[in-house]
Amino acid sequence: MSGQPSTSAQPVLKTEDLVLYFRTTKGVVQAVDHVDFELDEGRAVVVIGESGCGKTSFAKAVLRLLPRNVHAYTGRVYLDGQDIMALDDEDFRLHIRWAKMSLVPQAAMNALNPVLRVSDQVAEPLLIHEKDVSREEALDRAREMFRFVGVPESFLSRYPFELSGGMRQRVAIAMALITRPRLIILDEPTSALDVLTQANIMNVLKKIKWETGTSYMLITHDVATSSELADDVAVMYAGQMVENADAESFFKEPLHPYARMLMAAVPKLRGDEDLEFIPGQPPSLLDPPTGCRFADRCPFRFDKCDQDPPLFLVDGRKVKCWLFEKDAQGVYGTQPAVATGD
Amino acid sequence: MLRGAFKELVRYPSALAGLVVIIFLVAVSIYTVVTIPYEEAIRLWRGGEEIWGDVPKLAAPAWFNNFTAKKRPLTIKMTSDDEAGVERKQAQVSDALWTDDVVYSFDYPYDDFPQEIAITLLAEVREKAPYVSVVWVKPDGTEVRLADMAVEGGKRVYRVSQDEKLGRKLKLPENVNPVVGLFAEDPAAAEPVPMKGTYQVRLEGTLFEPEDTLQSKLVVYGTVYGWAGTDHLRRDLGIALLWGTPVALSFGLLAAMGTTVLTMLIAAIGVWYGGWVDALIQRITEVNLVLPVLPILIMIGVFYTRSLWAMLGVIILLSIFGAGIKTNRAIFLQVKAQPYIEAAKAYGASDWRIIFFYMVPRIIPTIIPSLVTLIPSFVFLEASLAVLGLGDPVLPTWGKVIDDARANGALYQGLYYWVLEPSFLLMITGIGFAMLGFSLDRVFNPRLREL
Amino acid sequence: MTTMTQTAPQAAPASERPALLSVRHLKVWYELRKWGFGLAGYVKAVDDVSFDLHEGEAIAIVGESGCGKSSLMKAILGLVPPHDGQILYQGQDIFAGGRAGLRWYRSQVGYVQQDPFGALPPFMSVRRILEEPLILVGVKDRDERLARIRAVMEEVKLSPPEDFLNKFPHMLSGGQQQRVVIARAMIRNPKLMVADEPVSMLDASVRVEILKLLRQIQEEHNLAVIYITHDLSTVRYFSERIFVMYAGKVIEKASTDELLWHPQHPYTLALLNAISDPDAANARKLREVPPGEPPSLVTPPPGCRFHPRCKYAIQGECDVNVPPEFPTRPHHLTACWLYDERYAQQRQVLEDDLGDLA
Repeated sequence: MSGQPSTSAQPVLKTEDLVLYFRTTKGVVQAVDHVDFELDEGRAVVVIGESGCGKTSFAKAVLRLLPRNVHAYTGRVYLDGQDIMALDDEDFRLHIRWAKMSLVPQAAMNALNPVLRVSDQVAEPLLIHEKDVSREEALDRAREMFRFVGVPESFLSRYPFELSGGMRQRVAIAMALITRPRLIILDEPTSALDVLTQANIMNVLKKIKWETGTSYMLITHDVATSSELADDVAVMYAGQMVENADAESFFKEPLHPYARMLMAAVPKLRGDEDLEFIPGQPPSLLDPPTGCRFADRCPFRFDKCDQDPPLFLVDGRKVKCWLFEKDAQGVYGTQPAVATGD
Repeated sequence: MLRGAFKELVRYPSALAGLVVIIFLVAVSIYTVVTIPYEEAIRLWRGGEEIWGDVPKLAAPAWFNNFTAKKRPLTIKMTSDDEAGVERKQAQVSDALWTDDVVYSFDYPYDDFPQEIAITLLAEVREKAPYVSVVWVKPDGTEVRLADMAVEGGKRVYRVSQDEKLGRKLKLPENVNPVVGLFAEDPAAAEPVPMKGTYQVRLEGTLFEPEDTLQSKLVVYGTVYGWAGTDHLRRDLGIALLWGTPVALSFGLLAAMGTTVLTMLIAAIGVWYGGWVDALIQRITEVNLVLPVLPILIMIGVFYTRSLWAMLGVIILLSIFGAGIKTNRAIFLQVKAQPYIEAAKAYGASDWRIIFFYMVPRIIPTIIPSLVTLIPSFVFLEASLAVLGLGDPVLPTWGKVIDDARANGALYQGLYYWVLEPSFLLMITGIGFAMLGFSLDRVFNPRLREL
Repeated sequence: MTTMTQTAPQAAPASERPALLSVRHLKVWYELRKWGFGLAGYVKAVDDVSFDLHEGEAIAIVGESGCGKSSLMKAILGLVPPHDGQILYQGQDIFAGGRAGLRWYRSQVGYVQQDPFGALPPFMSVRRILEEPLILVGVKDRDERLARIRAVMEEVKLSPPEDFLNKFPHMLSGGQQQRVVIARAMIRNPKLMVADEPVSMLDASVRVEILKLLRQIQEEHNLAVIYITHDLSTVRYFSERIFVMYAGKVIEKASTDELLWHPQHPYTLALLNAISDPDAANARKLREVPPGEPPSLVTPPPGCRFHPRCKYAIQGECDVNVPPEFPTRPHHLTACWLYDERYAQQRQVLEDDLGDLA
């Protein structure tokens, strides 16, 4: 992304034309629709979008955590340059999932096994993926992780129900960290937590990023909190990635109309701006429109929007919107100063 | 919601099959109750000579003849008042002697021997009993003098199978029914075969008073009868099979519904009021789960009453505090925690309103399938009680038929139809309701559906 | 595009209007039972809370989970009887009037819940859902009920009503479901509304719509509103006053702008510090968060409940005595010993940090 020199030549995660469709009784749900995406090493990208936009499905597509009713799963996913889509399931399980990429799932604090002590749970991924590690070594590393995420050592031998929500979330993060993966994907890590606990967890994640250089993909609908961790921002809408930019530029001024309206709908504690909301609803993923999927609700819609726009490159940012098409002189399409809609 | 459920239901072939069976059973029930009213059925089932006297004992269903090479005989019945096949001659011989001769003729095309021949003589006399001679004429002309008897006391019944002298006279081997001798081509053969053709029975009656009258009846009992056969008391099994249907269905339905509704209410009350009410209900349930239902029913049947409706009441009583309470409670606990219950309390709904209008509707989708699958278990329970000898003494039910069959050694005697007919009905009842119930389960509980 | 500005100031200051709801020294304690019998202690969810709510006034009660705001709300709704203290509505104790009195009070209060789908019985149509409160209050005429239902549906912008009357909750979107919940709360024209996190389970773009709708309804009906939330960022758009709760006690009361720009209590300060606005600079620094976690409500810390986590705590005072409410600024009450005259010096540290905030 612009402005930040990367330490390595290739991005830590890259997807090309990633597709994930589900088969349901009502038809085919196009959850992830031809997503192209890149994340450089040591950076954190925040994937924001509202419910049903496909962001969780995107994470599942990258991690190959698929349910039974998959209709289509194609495209390429490169982890450190290696095409992991080409691996078979067993290879993927042993060498990629949790070894190189791990996940802190939604409501992770409720996903802990209630009959195992937390230390055992945190040690388990290590024992599975690194065969030559002994049990004592694994527990030692678990202890180290606990210290890292800020859980007191006395909690090691406790069961999940004895810990508060915030503590359990930290345990889940430790579990994702212990195998020293290249990339951690976090799905709504703080949405069920209180404000202070949220800030705490964000601090922990920041520390981990600065000290270990792990890359992050943070998935959330909470735009405000996302800025705590974001180096890059990716916005998803109706199964497609509509904007991908570095955080600095994005939070100052988002480009895609949906992103702009989303930002304007976020209540700010200290700002003085008016709040705006987006009328209408996102299209159903069962039968998405053929043109730009946001066109129905977009105040800047014009006739070209009947076709699905490609990703345009604007100052190192990617935007999926016809307004950013360069014309014959290399000049960008003008954003009307006034909305063409209502 | 129910309409949608029905549309969903008919997609399952097993549901359709089950529905067909159930509709069939209901149709049979309605037909039965209309054509044979309750009192009539009881009367018929109580049986007795007047009702069933002319019906063979332990006869197989008549349609067996469609499937066997050997055609078994139907019952042939003729009375002296009949026109067809009956020749009657009355004459006066002298002023103290009158004759009344009747000749019965009938065709016998069957391959097997009748069970029995009975000749009933009825006389109305002023003083002296009339005298009757019976002669049997086989198709080949052979005559056998069967009996010479006086009709003492106004009525005399002569049964061939009980006439030992006849057997000796016909030179039959021991233990062979004399009837065989009257019909066989060669009575002494190892496997006798009846002679086909026209038989005659000649009754030569002598009366001593002018006003005296003599009536007779000839019954040649076949070995097949009706569409269901008969039992040891000569009763047409069809009556029991037909009437067993509405009894079984209503018993099953009433027991299942009574149990289900009461269980649901008790669980709802327990969950809603919580505290000691809930604790009390749970303790009662736990004790009740340990109680053995069948032995208790047996005790009641032996010591108090075998009335079906009393049994129904006791069964419901014992079933309502059963495992259903625990599962219903689990569901109600979940429902009670829902925000809309709290909202209802907040806008002032009373406890009972919440229970009936907000909690019960949530449990109905799970209750309907279990209700349907519960019905056959009660049907079987009733049949089991009957087989144990505790069936209702008056009502004809399927279980009673099986019980009679067992008590009379049906299987040893090869009278399979007696056992198979009620068993078949029980079986299709069970299967029909089970298929419908399990399909309902899949409709109302989508999580059980295959992806 | 539709817009919404901050709360406009009301005509007359709140305290001069008649008090609609008075909460006096309310304690909501839940009993902990030992083995079914015997008392093992109390969960002191609400421990001595007092405030007045005036007609047409909208207040927000803010706090994290476990602070007691839900229990306070349940007591106000009459769902949970208080262990001690009183709740007065128009001067009458709501629990003193027996079942009839409570039922009448309930017809005066509208309740909007957090989970829009869970708040609606899934087997009832929208029409039926909205009919229930009317039936309970004795509106027998079917046509009258229908007319009122239509009217309230127009008000919550579920228009035209015919499109929605026969739908079931699962056929509606989250925003529409919440509108039905609001309609249900409003259908009896209450004077008081209690809204428990009404938008936290909705998508970001829908939240604004619903908040704006609530604001509009509040203004049109001159409703007194208690808005309970943990999301301080929405408070500006919907309330005049804010109460901050911590571990069962209200620790700060002020008008919205006052609190957001001039927080006084160390906990409020920590809370405000922890909230992010979308700003890329956030990623480059750590946020200061008070250590530890909210205390147990069974055995809360002695004295000020926040003192174990407070970096300004005064030994011997904060850990021994419960602080009273100090009037620190106009119409601004803070329950913190630092505002006692005796501790002016210790207060300086806090004031320096407060200065950084603005």
